[in-house]
Amino acid sequence: MLAWTIYLSFAGALVEALLPKGKPGVARWLALFVAVLGLLHAAGGFIQGIGQGRIVIVDAPWVPSMGIHYLLAADGISRVLVLLTGLAAVAGILFSWNVDRRTNEFFAFYLALIGGVYGVFLSFDLFLLFVFYEIAIVPKYFLIAIWGSTRREYGAMKLALYSFVGSAMVLIGLLAAYSTAGSHSTSLIDLAHANLPVSFQMWCFPLVFIGFAILAGMWPFHTWAPTGHVAAPTAASMLLAGVVMKLGAYGCLRVGIGLFPHGLDAWGWTFLGLGSWRDVFALLAVIGIVYGALVALAQTDFKFVIGYSSVSHMGFVLLGLMTLNQIGVTGSVLQMFSHGVIAGLLFAIVGRVVYDRTHTRQFDELEGMYLARRLPFAAWAFVIAGMASMGLPGFSGFVAELQVLIGAWSARPWWAVVAGVGIVVGVAYTWRALQKAFFSDRIPTPDEHPKTGWPDLGAITWPEVTGVALLTLTSLAVGLYPRILLDTIEPAVKALLAGGGQ
Amino acid sequence: MNYADLFRVTLPETILEVAALLALVVDLGFLRKAALNLRLAAAAIVGIAGCGVAIWSMSMQGSAGLTYGTGNALTLLGVGGYIAAAQVGILVLTALTLLLLTGSVFTRHAGEYVAVVLMAAAGGLLIAAAQDLLVIFIGLELLSLGLYILTAFAKSSAKSAEAAMKYYLFGGMSAAFLLFGFSFLYGITGSTNLHQILFELHVGSLYRATPLLDVSVVLIVAGLGFKVAAVPFHLWAPDTYEGAPAPAAAFIASVSKVASFALLIGIATAAVHVFDGLPGIPPAPQEPLHLGFGGPWMVLLVTLATASMVLGNLAALAQISVRRLLAYSAIAHAGYILTAVAFFSYSPLSTNAILYYILTYGLTTIGAFGAVAVVERATGSDRLDAFLGLHKRNPLIAAVLLVLFLSLAGIPPLVGFWAKFNLFAAVLHVSAGVVPFTLVALAVAMSAVSLYYYLQVLKRAYVMPAADETPINAHPTTIAVLVAIAAAVVLLGCFPAVLQNWIAGF
Repeated sequence: MLAWTIYLSFAGALVEALLPKGKPGVARWLALFVAVLGLLHAAGGFIQGIGQGRIVIVDAPWVPSMGIHYLLAADGISRVLVLLTGLAAVAGILFSWNVDRRTNEFFAFYLALIGGVYGVFLSFDLFLLFVFYEIAIVPKYFLIAIWGSTRREYGAMKLALYSFVGSAMVLIGLLAAYSTAGSHSTSLIDLAHANLPVSFQMWCFPLVFIGFAILAGMWPFHTWAPTGHVAAPTAASMLLAGVVMKLGAYGCLRVGIGLFPHGLDAWGWTFLGLGSWRDVFALLAVIGIVYGALVALAQTDFKFVIGYSSVSHMGFVLLGLMTLNQIGVTGSVLQMFSHGVIAGLLFAIVGRVVYDRTHTRQFDELEGMYLARRLPFAAWAFVIAGMASMGLPGFSGFVAELQVLIGAWSARPWWAVVAGVGIVVGVAYTWRALQKAFFSDRIPTPDEHPKTGWPDLGAITWPEVTGVALLTLTSLAVGLYPRILLDTIEPAVKALLAGGGQ
Repeated sequence: MNYADLFRVTLPETILEVAALLALVVDLGFLRKAALNLRLAAAAIVGIAGCGVAIWSMSMQGSAGLTYGTGNALTLLGVGGYIAAAQVGILVLTALTLLLLTGSVFTRHAGEYVAVVLMAAAGGLLIAAAQDLLVIFIGLELLSLGLYILTAFAKSSAKSAEAAMKYYLFGGMSAAFLLFGFSFLYGITGSTNLHQILFELHVGSLYRATPLLDVSVVLIVAGLGFKVAAVPFHLWAPDTYEGAPAPAAAFIASVSKVASFALLIGIATAAVHVFDGLPGIPPAPQEPLHLGFGGPWMVLLVTLATASMVLGNLAALAQISVRRLLAYSAIAHAGYILTAVAFFSYSPLSTNAILYYILTYGLTTIGAFGAVAVVERATGSDRLDAFLGLHKRNPLIAAVLLVLFLSLAGIPPLVGFWAKFNLFAAVLHVSAGVVPFTLVALAVAMSAVSLYYYLQVLKRAYVMPAADETPINAHPTTIAVLVAIAAAVVLLGCFPAVLQNWIAGF
């Protein structure tokens, strides 16, 4: 059932590419239909998989001479992330209902990207995973470069090159692991049992981990994220923050930690208090949390605030991975889901609901527009999304970040302390953005104030309402009853941390 | 030497020569007064039929190669195995470049063009099979002379003449280097047979006994480096790719490369199989994992590979002519392949990986030149800006370009990814030491660089606004060939085992 998510998306992309031009309505409904069908399959697979471990979906030899299999499987982590992808895909299409330039091509690239993302989460063969991972690079480039806004060609090229450099590092690591293991199988499960030498894991782990973490927005390799997010059209920034950054984090977990567990062992010596790769990456994650939050506090562009907040929130994901304990890693996976939903919602409000109507994202211009009165829907949606993003109880972000912090505390207390500072700053930048964009009490200057009443900003359309409702309710549902996801994540994390038995 | 054997082994070459003459007869004898399009089509059909018959005739070659005859059981011309795979590849790619001829206007000499192409292809077949220095040299000259003529074939274009002149001068010099190197090798070992020479070098006390060997290896590498356009012997490539008529450039970029790398495979295979290939000498107790001419051979190849990867990719970044960009990317690709020639496996792993790479690269590059030629004919230029708004002017050609360029950059699931993947896996399989690993890491890193310049072209085709939105039309045959090539690149990439099994099956 889950495998159909991949095939449906690629088939949809192909049909969209072949659609005659000039029929945006058909292209939209077709894309929505395909995405909803994908979501239904993802949800079906999720429900089917409750209480089960890893399920093998397809296993067929693909490149027999090298032992590569077309091996699709799903454990709890995969199922949760596939569900997230389905949600993000549907929401993204709802919020790009107003794309009317080259609509069919837009949705063709969009669905191809979604297909690649589904594929990564479902691959249990090392090279199959890599193939899907790279498939996702090219559509991102075109989505941003063609339909984007601020400095789109720069942002798109930067993202494409960062991704490709990251995947080049991963490829080098994978080739090395393949030739070192000497096994005739590239299945993740077999390779995890290959007992790679510790000295090999020590240098291969950071290579692969950084390669994936570039896409997860790890400081200092995060600089593609704000520019890419800002340049991207709404749906693409929702996907970038919602699922593409998760590809990186997922790769760190599944391939980095899964295949090279000893890469995290202590070096046996310390340098500036860092005694292992685990310390190094945890430090980078913590820096990312605080740095992203502080930079977000200083932005004048509404979308850059959200862009940097993504860097901060993804820091929690990476920190959770580095705790290496059950609760921390579980929290990390839950944070991937939670951030995917919440960041998607924030980008949708900023990019679609506000920017497409006001045509500006600068706070000093938005301040004079009385948006809270003129766009009450946007204001209240942002209040809710902001609360979720700050990590208020009742929303998914709270549960996830709490678990990461508990995990971090039991690993190294100071990690949790510094990350906690990041949360406080997070409240501050969200508050600031909320106040400046919607609830400002600055009197408009005379030339800002129109003589003949405020121009109509356009009514809120049904796709926007549906999309906001979908994402908000998901975040609330997970926040109020986290067990619906945790019951699926926990056994899978346990198996993965136990080593080998991915 | 037995002439019946000679005829049996060189059957495909003979058929190509006959087809070449036939093309001349048909064109000059019967179609003298006909329209140019008809003449081009007729000549191309004769040529393609010749390639088809030549492929078919390979089933009658038998399995034994041509030997020197009485008292000397060494092979002169090989048959089967990687040789057959390379030869079929050469013939198929030649046929594809001939298909691109339809609709061309660069020449009025249809019959002559096809005849020269077929003769050059016969030279390519000969190089792929040759196991003897003299036959190698004759084959190389047959191929090269054809290529010089083809480069100059657009008689009314000064660029074409200039490119041909440069190509010819460089080529003549490198042929002299090669011949000089060969003569030293003969002087050292007293044989012109590859297997005999390598055997003498390894077993005899001659190995490293004389600096003359080093000199000779340097000269040979210079000569062969010219053929595959490896840095620093690459200077002809950008000019030739830019100046030659498009079908000729496609031929140079694909068929000539396949033949030259088949020759390198032949040399490397002879080197690693030095202990089990000679009649009358028992195989060595331990199979060598990889051997070459010893030190200088590998050092030189590694140097050439590194320089080609780095310089090819970096120079391509600065190009504004798409043809020159393709030339520098060809140099970079040659660098990747040379890595695998330097670290060559005893098992057929490396052979298969190199063949896979060069055949798929040849296919892709023919398509790329075809697509560039379509744009060039409509806009009169191959500058990057000629591609502005291509997705509106001809969506099909734009899509073909997208697939082919992404494949060249090595994005999965296109075939170019698997080519690189096989190649690098083969290198690491031979040795996972510091040098091969660094080379592979460099190659992968450089492919990341290459994405930038391929995207520069695609960006203009898809992203940037068109300056001129008049549709671009192309001959239906050209479109069909290009779409077929793009489809093959996608399908072979989705089912990589198909081509691997085909190559391994010979």
